[in-house]
Amino acid sequence: MNQNLFASFNMPMILGIPLVALFILFPTMLIMPSNNLNNNRSSSIQQWLIQLMLKQMMTNHTIKGRTWSLMLLTLITFITLNNLLGVMPYAFTPTTQLSLNLGMAIPLWMATVLMGLRFKTKATLAHLLPQGTPIPLIPMLIIIETISLFIQPVALAVRLTANITAGHLLMHLLGDTTLILLSTYLSSSVITVIVIILLITLELGVALIQAYVFTLLVSLYLHNNS
Amino acid sequence: MASVVPLKDKKLLEVKLGELLSWILMRDFSPSGIVGAFRRGYYRHYNKYINVPGKGSIAGLIMVLACYVVFNYTFSYKELKHERRRKYH
Repeated sequence: MNQNLFASFNMPMILGIPLVALFILFPTMLIMPSNNLNNNRSSSIQQWLIQLMLKQMMTNHTIKGRTWSLMLLTLITFITLNNLLGVMPYAFTPTTQLSLNLGMAIPLWMATVLMGLRFKTKATLAHLLPQGTPIPLIPMLIIIETISLFIQPVALAVRLTANITAGHLLMHLLGDTTLILLSTYLSSSVITVIVIILLITLELGVALIQAYVFTLLVSLYLHNNS
Repeated sequence: MASVVPLKDKKLLEVKLGELLSWILMRDFSPSGIVGAFRRGYYRHYNKYINVPGKGSIAGLIMVLACYVVFNYTFSYKELKHERRRKYH
C-alpha cells in the first residue's frame, strides 16, 4: 500500500536514465502552429484559444509589460497541457515534481522584482510600506512586507505542486477503494460516481494554471505600472 | 522490362520475409536518421488524420492519447505487476 500509492510519482527511468525530458516535451507534439489563413480544425481551435488567453491576460498591461506576452502564453500553455495530460491513466505529470515548479517560479519572480528595482526603484521600495500605517508600526511592517515578498516564489511553486499531487493521490485512493468495495458491497458503487466527479474537478487543474499565471501577472503588473 | 527496385528503397510491406533482416540492417540508425524517422512518422499521422480540411475530427487526437496511455502502461508495468487480482500476493 505504501509503495503503490506513491509509485506513480516516481520518475520514469529506463536502465537508470531519467526520461523526464520526454514527458516534458510530449505536449509540444500536440501544438502545431501554422501560417495559413484557413487552417484545419485543430489548428483553428488552438489559434482561437491562444487569442482568448492573450486578450484575457495582456490587455491590462503597459507596453513594457506586454513584452512578456510570449513568455506568459508559453507558461500557461505548458502548465495546462501537462496537467491535462496527467489526468490520463498511467500518465506521469511533470508538474507534480517540486523541482520543476521551483525552476519555473523562482526565475520568473526574480525577473519581475529585478525589473521593478531597476526601472522604478523608488516606487518598488515604497511598496514595502502600505499607505497610512501608524508610525510606531513602521519597522515591523517593513519586515513583514519583505518576508511576504520573498515568500512569493515558494508559494507559487508549492501551490501548484501541492494541488496537482493532492488531486492525483485522491484519485488513486478512491480508485483503490472502489475496486475493493466492488467485491464486498456493491451498493457503494456510489464511490465510483464520486471518483468521476473528482476527475471532472481535477480538470480544474486547468484553473490552477490560471491561478499560477495570474498571480505572476499581478506581480509583474504591480512592478511595472505602480 | 520494369527495373528491379533495389532492396534499400522498398517499403516495409513489400520486403519479403527472407530479406527482412538485411533490410533492417540497411536502415539509417545515425541520430539524424532517427530524428528523420520520427519526423516522417509524425507528419504521416498529422497529414492523414488531422490536417484534412473539413474532416479532421477528434479521432486523430484520441489516437495519439491512446498510444500515450499504452506507452505509459508498458513503462510502469514492473510496478503495476503487483496489483493483479490474486488470492495470495
